[in-house]
Amino acid sequence: MKSRFLTKLAVAATVALSAVTVTKAQDTGLDQVGRAEYFEALKGKRVVFIPISMGFDLTESWAAIFRKDAAKLGYTFDIKDPNWSTDAGTKALTAAISEKPDLLIVHNPDIQSYARLLTRAQDDGIKVLQINMPSVTTTDSYVGADWVELGEAEANALVDKCGTGKGPSTKIAFVQGVVTGAANIYLKHGIMNVLAQHPEIQIVSDQAANYDPAKARAIMETVLQQHPDLCGAVGVWDSQDVGIGAAVEAAGKQGQVYVVTSGGGNQNGCDNVEKGLLSMNISYNSPLMGHIAAQQIAELLTSSDAAGSRKANYFTPLTPITKENVNRRNCWTMEDLQ
Amino acid sequence: MATKLKLTQEGVVFVLAALLFVGFSLVLDRFLTVGNIIALVQSVSILGILSLGMAFVVIGRGIDLAMVATMVVAVAWGLVLSRSGLPLGAALLLGAGFVVLIGILTGIIVAYAEIPAIFTTLAMGSIVYGIGRTFFFQIDVQNTPVGYAWFDFLGRGTMGGVPVPVFAFACVALVVFLMLRYTRFGRFVYATGDNPLAARVTGVPTRVVMVAQYVITGLIAYLAGIVMAANVSGMNTRIYNSTMIYDVLLVVVLGGIGLSGGRGGVRNVLVGTALVGILLNGMTILNIGYTAQNLIKSVILLGAIVIDTLINPRDEQTAQQGDI
Repeated sequence: MKSRFLTKLAVAATVALSAVTVTKAQDTGLDQVGRAEYFEALKGKRVVFIPISMGFDLTESWAAIFRKDAAKLGYTFDIKDPNWSTDAGTKALTAAISEKPDLLIVHNPDIQSYARLLTRAQDDGIKVLQINMPSVTTTDSYVGADWVELGEAEANALVDKCGTGKGPSTKIAFVQGVVTGAANIYLKHGIMNVLAQHPEIQIVSDQAANYDPAKARAIMETVLQQHPDLCGAVGVWDSQDVGIGAAVEAAGKQGQVYVVTSGGGNQNGCDNVEKGLLSMNISYNSPLMGHIAAQQIAELLTSSDAAGSRKANYFTPLTPITKENVNRRNCWTMEDLQ
Repeated sequence: MATKLKLTQEGVVFVLAALLFVGFSLVLDRFLTVGNIIALVQSVSILGILSLGMAFVVIGRGIDLAMVATMVVAVAWGLVLSRSGLPLGAALLLGAGFVVLIGILTGIIVAYAEIPAIFTTLAMGSIVYGIGRTFFFQIDVQNTPVGYAWFDFLGRGTMGGVPVPVFAFACVALVVFLMLRYTRFGRFVYATGDNPLAARVTGVPTRVVMVAQYVITGLIAYLAGIVMAANVSGMNTRIYNSTMIYDVLLVVVLGGIGLSGGRGGVRNVLVGTALVGILLNGMTILNIGYTAQNLIKSVILLGAIVIDTLINPRDEQTAQQGDI
């Protein structure tokens, strides 16, 4: 009897006490569980980013997001900018490995040049995140476009427009970028996957423009002279392929030649869709890519796994942008990310 | 000519270009059409304008490796200024002012401090590009502003079916030709290039001539840049990192303008540009791959120089003068 009374008393006391605690928590709030540990684990970690080059929409959007995240979460973030030089990039990567940061973010100019260095970095205990341009070495994480899917999407768009009986002819031109780059090699694989099932589509020209719109324009001008009934053109990067569009416009063939390309969804690319220079610009959404990569950075920095022990892949969604859906949701400006 | 046929390097390149032209015309269906010839000339007109500028300074025994840097930075800056609210005309004038300033600075270092032009302009290229990337623009492709019809006309307009860039090339060629051939300044450039010391002794203001050369070359490069930007509705400053400056030098040297100065003229540039243009156009039509194209281009260019060496053996004079 007595013990029952005591139990009741204890329960009552507990309830009263918890009521007091809850009241207190409602007054001041509680720190979100796990938050302090998360910040603590990231504090003072060092991250180094080696882009192909700063100064263009993709790398600038990622860097803006990483910088913000680093400031918020307390890790350091440094950029070593090789300014389009693979040689300078290799040196920067070698130097970065010897400085032993916690994580390297690498944007490969081609699939081979950095491959061995990336293996070495992981052997030295540095985690490696590759962004958008993978090398032949798989590392802890890859965040970027699924280039094969992108190539298939670009080719399918052209099959829709240029299949038998659908366009002025079944002829298309392929304007490559830098032929050793991941974007080019894997994208080409995707394109060929689709075209293998559509033998009616003829590639009448397959040339490389090295990411230079003036070169793309010169190639396209010559191709249009040879094949006035060209139905479509497929490129690898909007920033280069605006040159294709300029040649098509100059030849007065806008509406006849369907120009398909891809890019990060920057407003410049969207403007060129609006101007009719590009018919379809498939966006792999570089700000979203930046945010996913930022999440990967935090995850890799806080995880106790050894470098090289996992192989994550995160592919960003693809959005085909045409004149119908050039809008604020699909196109971003640098100001949006500041 | 009647007694002894002496083929110069310019002649060798001309014959090669003619052979290729005839060959492509026979083999390729639509090579010899008005449309394709226009496309061919247009595709090399920017290269041609730049080469005319380079030829001008090379004839005066100089070299300007900063041409491409000056071009991309000044034009990109002009575009940035125009988008920040300045009328495009005024913005482009400011860009021209920058070009003149860089030209004067380069000229003074080369002419008065007597530092070899090759080192001065190599460094100047990095400096100009560095200034551009640090202070003038952060994004390396600058789009042209919309709503300027006269500007679009420069790159995309046509006159009588011929694209404006081709006219720009022709005009620059004519102006440079007239300047070199018929003005006192032109004669001074040849004199300075041939033998600067002798020129000075005879009263040519060689240092002033040299400064003026770098300013003029810079302005020609700037014009090429404006046409290029209008042509593809934007300035891609990445071409500073490309092999463009070497392509320009190649056209000049291939055409037969010796780097030792004092020789050659506009005709050499036209011949060199024609060979490169015919080659690129033909190979694009033949759909030859990128790497193979580079290989063929290099082999033909090397071949032209080898043939020249066989036909015109080096003698004591050329050896002393210095050669390519």
